[in-house]
Amino acid sequence: MTAIRNYLRAHIRDPNPIAYALMFLAAVFFPVVVQFATNGNGDYLVGLAADGGVYMLMAIGLNVVVGFAGLLDLGYAAFFAIGSYTYAILASAHLSVTPIGHAVHLPFWILLFIAMFVAACAGALLGAPTLRLRGDYLAIVTLGFGEIVPRVFANGGIWTGGIPGMSALDVPKLPFWIQGPWVNLPLGLTPDEFRFTSANLTAYYVLMLILITFVVILVHNLQNSRLGRAWMAVREDESAAAACGVNTVGIKLLAFSIGAATSGFAGAFYGAKLSYVSSENFGFIVSVTVLAMVVLGGMGNIPGAMVGAAVLYFILFYFLPQAPAQLEGLATSVGLGSLNHANASGWPGLGEEVSRAKYVIFGLILVGIMVLRPQGLLPSQVRKQELTHASKAELVAVAK
Amino acid sequence: MVQRVRASVVAAPSASLINVVGAIVVAYVAVVAAQRIYHGGPVYFAQTLGFGLALGAIYALVALGYTMVYGIIELINFAHGDVFTLGAFFSLALMPAFGLTEGKSSGIGLILPLLGLFVVTMLFCAVVNVVIERVAYRPLRHAPRLAPLITAIGMSTLLEGLMFVWKGPFNLHYPDLLPETQVTIAPGVTIAAKALVVMGVALVLVIALTQFIGRSKLGKAMRATAQDRDAAQLMGIDINRTISATFFIGAVLAGAGGIIYGLYYNSVAAFDGFQYGLIAFTAAVFGGIGNIPGAALGGLIIGVVAAISDGYFAPAWTEVLIFSILIFVLVFRPTGLLGMRVPEK
Amino acid sequence: MSDFILRVSGLTKRFGGLTAVDNVTFDVPAGEVFALIGPNGAGKTTMFNCVTGVYKPTLGRVTFLGRDLTGSPPHRAAKAGIARTFQNIRLFEYMSALDNVRLGHHCRMHSKLWDSLFKTPYERHEERRITEHSMDLLTLVGLDHHAENYARNLAYGQQRRLEIARALATEPKLLLLDEPAAGFTPQEKVELMELVGTILKRGITVFLIEHDMKVVMQASQRIVVLDHGEKIAEGTPNEVRGNQRVVEAYLGKSA
Repeated sequence: MTAIRNYLRAHIRDPNPIAYALMFLAAVFFPVVVQFATNGNGDYLVGLAADGGVYMLMAIGLNVVVGFAGLLDLGYAAFFAIGSYTYAILASAHLSVTPIGHAVHLPFWILLFIAMFVAACAGALLGAPTLRLRGDYLAIVTLGFGEIVPRVFANGGIWTGGIPGMSALDVPKLPFWIQGPWVNLPLGLTPDEFRFTSANLTAYYVLMLILITFVVILVHNLQNSRLGRAWMAVREDESAAAACGVNTVGIKLLAFSIGAATSGFAGAFYGAKLSYVSSENFGFIVSVTVLAMVVLGGMGNIPGAMVGAAVLYFILFYFLPQAPAQLEGLATSVGLGSLNHANASGWPGLGEEVSRAKYVIFGLILVGIMVLRPQGLLPSQVRKQELTHASKAELVAVAK
Repeated sequence: MVQRVRASVVAAPSASLINVVGAIVVAYVAVVAAQRIYHGGPVYFAQTLGFGLALGAIYALVALGYTMVYGIIELINFAHGDVFTLGAFFSLALMPAFGLTEGKSSGIGLILPLLGLFVVTMLFCAVVNVVIERVAYRPLRHAPRLAPLITAIGMSTLLEGLMFVWKGPFNLHYPDLLPETQVTIAPGVTIAAKALVVMGVALVLVIALTQFIGRSKLGKAMRATAQDRDAAQLMGIDINRTISATFFIGAVLAGAGGIIYGLYYNSVAAFDGFQYGLIAFTAAVFGGIGNIPGAALGGLIIGVVAAISDGYFAPAWTEVLIFSILIFVLVFRPTGLLGMRVPEK
Repeated sequence: MSDFILRVSGLTKRFGGLTAVDNVTFDVPAGEVFALIGPNGAGKTTMFNCVTGVYKPTLGRVTFLGRDLTGSPPHRAAKAGIARTFQNIRLFEYMSALDNVRLGHHCRMHSKLWDSLFKTPYERHEERRITEHSMDLLTLVGLDHHAENYARNLAYGQQRRLEIARALATEPKLLLLDEPAAGFTPQEKVELMELVGTILKRGITVFLIEHDMKVVMQASQRIVVLDHGEKIAEGTPNEVRGNQRVVEAYLGKSA
């Protein structure tokens, strides 16, 4: 018991290992708990969580760009799109309808890394000329890029499937997998090749859990290396960092490319699971969602980004879709049932109103957090100091 | 300050090569465009040009707000494009109150109620913009650079969300009150009267703005604050009030732009402002950020470029073109056409 | 006659209509303390900025260890062996003292991205090495007990010394100190001179901007004087002290 207490005390300045341990345990037990709670009908929730993992990966990646290096990337979804489309083109029958005439079916596992690499290259290409711009300009350049990429894919005609996109993408395959009571089979290895289909969402969930663990370990290592230190220094005082020998443009580019790579990585998983890509899924709403997740959770803090992703994803994809029905029921029960229905003067019904609230929520989170609690839900100790000190500086300046 | 000097130094060597390449590309495209314009004939060209100038006039009105705010606090007010859309929405809701209904009103009888509509809408937008500054930007004036950028995006999203909740994703119909006639500018060649009205209104507003900035005390205060905030403060200028005034005036123009937009296109939707704002900002940068004539000029040019792209090339690629222009200008010639008004230290 | 570690020739820096540095030429001998003095606004910090690459000179050349460094970006100057401190202290306030000094080692470390990602034995070994070296430097400036404190929580004098330790971490051959004694008590100034002496003994040339004449005269072997961007004198402390133009620049011409 004292050993645990001593460990906790030693880590009070850096609560991250505890956060990671808690999250990992929660993630491992989540499907079990869900299946028990829903009497075996928990597949939907488990699948939803696997999809949430995609956003969590992106939040972790964007956190490197925004939180570590302090660069505002408003077009993050562009790299997500690039990753997904890379997967779609190289893991489907699609190429056979193009002038190449010959389909390519690379395995999912290799494509994860190819997509990552392609996205990283795109990040480097965009970043090289633009990262030396000041913050506002960089933000709007990335915003422009985020608008350009999906449109290019939509206009890509036969090469990218045009506006309808591409479907019937290959599913990931493994020579074997574990089967057990959750699919009503005896515990053991599957007899033949295992395919990740929508029939076995738990497999996707486990895969996502492994991928996230892998990425978190790598990014955590980065944070505690000379790169992490250099990013923090550049964020604080770029000129001083340069005077100390840090190639500021170079390491910003590195952060940007790593963020892009993570997004591409997530994109490949997303494309494979959905078995469908279309340029409509990669708009600004995705970029702003991921940004809100990082800001909400705590910029610069990996567990923060993860918690922010989990919380916001839950709100957007579980709570909000359910809310209309719940609220309508509530309204009826307190006698305001008339609110539930659309009427002639333009009120679309309570349910519809609530489901439109997504953007308002984002806006309130972004503004509210930055003004009221800029360090987010789970602040890194450093950030907390930086931002509370800044508000004091402002008080001093105003008092002058 | 130092970083900005450094950045321009690093950009210089590659810029000269890219300038040459860029000039060649632009020349090539211009030649192809000229050919197509010639083949398309003067009638089509006049229509396209009218469309482009009207579009450009609206962009100019919105671009002015961006450029003034950027000039004074070096922040991109992402929400500005949504204030523009809000102007359209608000004026639409207010139209019955002014007795303006489609088909029923036209001609001279329109002018007074329209004027009233303009004034009320412009005031409303101005107040909204000032509140945005007060709530989202002022508390963060001394925070790390990233913070006000994030609240700016947040405000933009919030406004879009509110309009979305209010009116949904639908395209709202905006009454068609402008004259439908065509004005002849050459034998057989006409330009829509609508376009001329739009340009006229925009011109009046821009002239009013330029006079105000150039001559009034507040205008002087705005220019001084934009050049050197600390010195301005030492001269007794109330910085907070000056900044609020800048937001106020910028939104006045945007609100007017919103009404004109509605009258010309007869359709508004909640998320229109996002793209319009981005394109208007492109225009502001293109003309020279912080530079008022630059924003107006940039708006017109971008409008005409967009119209020519729509009319003679492929509409699907117009936005890609505009956003590419944005990136290229920022990377290779961030001072834009007419250069920055804010001098470097 | 010692070698010249830094040679500045015909250096001019103009900002639009303002000429901050006007055709200045001087040579800094290796292994000595070289001082740059002049009234406020003479262009001293601008000169430092031109040497370290913060500004690109309008005209002229900067040669370091025989290599032309004119207009190189700051991180290249640091890598070549020029380190500096700042007039108004630019530490990384929200990093610990130890991390500030560790950051100084950045350009002398060879871990690649791969090493950082996977925490390879090479990376861990390098981190241990630079942490040890950082603690040595902190001990040298008397801050080893404050290693874990955030830099912004240190006293003014401690912050100045930390900046020097961070600069030393870049393993420089030339150390530029911009008004290192500003705001120091006489006792602190004595300790600073002792530190400079120790730095010299390590083979590092010290080039300093300073206003305190006593410090300058005692510590430096050669001095160059700027006024309104022009060089008005260069020589040993005694030569400069007796120079009429220097006296007039500081005190104004007598009627």
